[in-house]
Amino acid sequence: MFISMAPLLVWFERRVAAFIQDRLGPNRVGPIGILQPVADGIKLIFKEEFFPALSNKVLYFLAPCISLFVSLFVFAVIPFAAPVEINGKILYPQVANLNIGMLYVLAISSLGVYGIMIGGWSSNNKYSLLGGLRASSQMISYELTMGMSVAAVVLFFGTFDLQKIVETQSGFHWGVIFQPVSFFLFLVAALAESNRVPFDLPEGETELVGGYHTEYGGMKFGGFLFAEYLNIVTLSGMMVTLFFGGYNGLEWFSNLVDASPVLNAVIQFSAFSIKTLLLLFFFVWVRWTYPRFRYDQIMRLGWKILLPISIGNLLVTAMLIYWGVF
Amino acid sequence: MDWFVYGFSALAIASAIMVITRRNPIISALYLCLTLFCLAALFVLLEAYFIAAVQVLVYAGAVMVLFIFVIMLLNLDPEKMIVEYFQTPRMISVISALLLFGFLTFVFWTNNITGERGYDFPVQITQGGGHLKAMSSKLFTTFLLAFEVTSILLLVAIVGAVVLAKRKV
Repeated sequence: MFISMAPLLVWFERRVAAFIQDRLGPNRVGPIGILQPVADGIKLIFKEEFFPALSNKVLYFLAPCISLFVSLFVFAVIPFAAPVEINGKILYPQVANLNIGMLYVLAISSLGVYGIMIGGWSSNNKYSLLGGLRASSQMISYELTMGMSVAAVVLFFGTFDLQKIVETQSGFHWGVIFQPVSFFLFLVAALAESNRVPFDLPEGETELVGGYHTEYGGMKFGGFLFAEYLNIVTLSGMMVTLFFGGYNGLEWFSNLVDASPVLNAVIQFSAFSIKTLLLLFFFVWVRWTYPRFRYDQIMRLGWKILLPISIGNLLVTAMLIYWGVF
Repeated sequence: MDWFVYGFSALAIASAIMVITRRNPIISALYLCLTLFCLAALFVLLEAYFIAAVQVLVYAGAVMVLFIFVIMLLNLDPEKMIVEYFQTPRMISVISALLLFGFLTFVFWTNNITGERGYDFPVQITQGGGHLKAMSSKLFTTFLLAFEVTSILLLVAIVGAVVLAKRKV
């Protein structure tokens, strides 16, 4: 289901970019150009599979696989709708309902850096290597901020279980109202983790040709591209789950039509999807708004500004909970 | 279930052997990651989900990334590295390996590990409110001193690293 979001997002990004720059964007393949990613995909698959000279072939092939694996796996724990009871069986509309869901997300997404690092190293190209190194240092730095902001949210909701976190947020008690600082930190860290502008130094094309995927072509390059867009979808889904009430928000509509359990699940799923799409639009919007940071600026922002703020936020949250304010 | 245990154990041991036999430090480090991943899988099979997640998060996700980062940054020539770093202290490594081996044999021979000790089984943990609760209540009551001492140890390591890095060459 959400795999299909990634190619759509490629098209979406190009259309929104064109809209922001007062152009038309891809509009030839299919109605309003929506089949453009299909054409791109076919082109990528039919390209020659080549390996650069002196590259480590196994690792070179493995790198995009790791990237894809990680971005697909994180999505497994995000709940799309409340548990549905059909014929006495309770179905969970998520792949795996873990009671340490949030930790699982952090653990798996911390592996994402391997794909980029290995890709950069195994291509045997100095630009790729530099891109890989930049990516790894940037992702390690911002992972801390992300973990700390998530820790404050988990403290506030009192559980690691994503399904329970979403349940607590019903009735517009959204996380973003109670944890605005966490949301801001998570947003910045998410931009940095997905290597998007203004944090796209790992592939800064003006300095590094193409960064870690300079030597990649065909579907292996497609794998990296796909993983990047999937990452954005996953991170938007995480933000919706943690801060925007997950699948809550359209209860008035299900009450209006007096929905059956299944229809209710569909309505909840649409609420989740609409919120995710709005956040995706935001991601694209940011890309065409801000210029790229300099490398030292990114490091300073990560370690000297965002990390202290996130630790302070965690402390304040802990104290407020201790005094019984929440 | 048992076959998963055997499979992951075999994979962990095999990749651990690969760690010490590969010449290229980056390949070794990646095999070490695989070993850690297999250990996490074993923790999952033991129903210790929290430890499994932390294992991946801390070791595979943070420590090993830093290792590989440093190796890539130094870009060491594999042949040179063996000569420079692994030739001189051979006696020391042999002695410490023997000591570790002797210690492990001692523990096994004296039957200190019987598989029955301890009082927290998965069933009781689930009844007591989940792994996180069981783990943190133990950590912040019974083992509080050890926990705090460990954090001071880590702090000392950080300060030491900063001092070493900031020293004028």
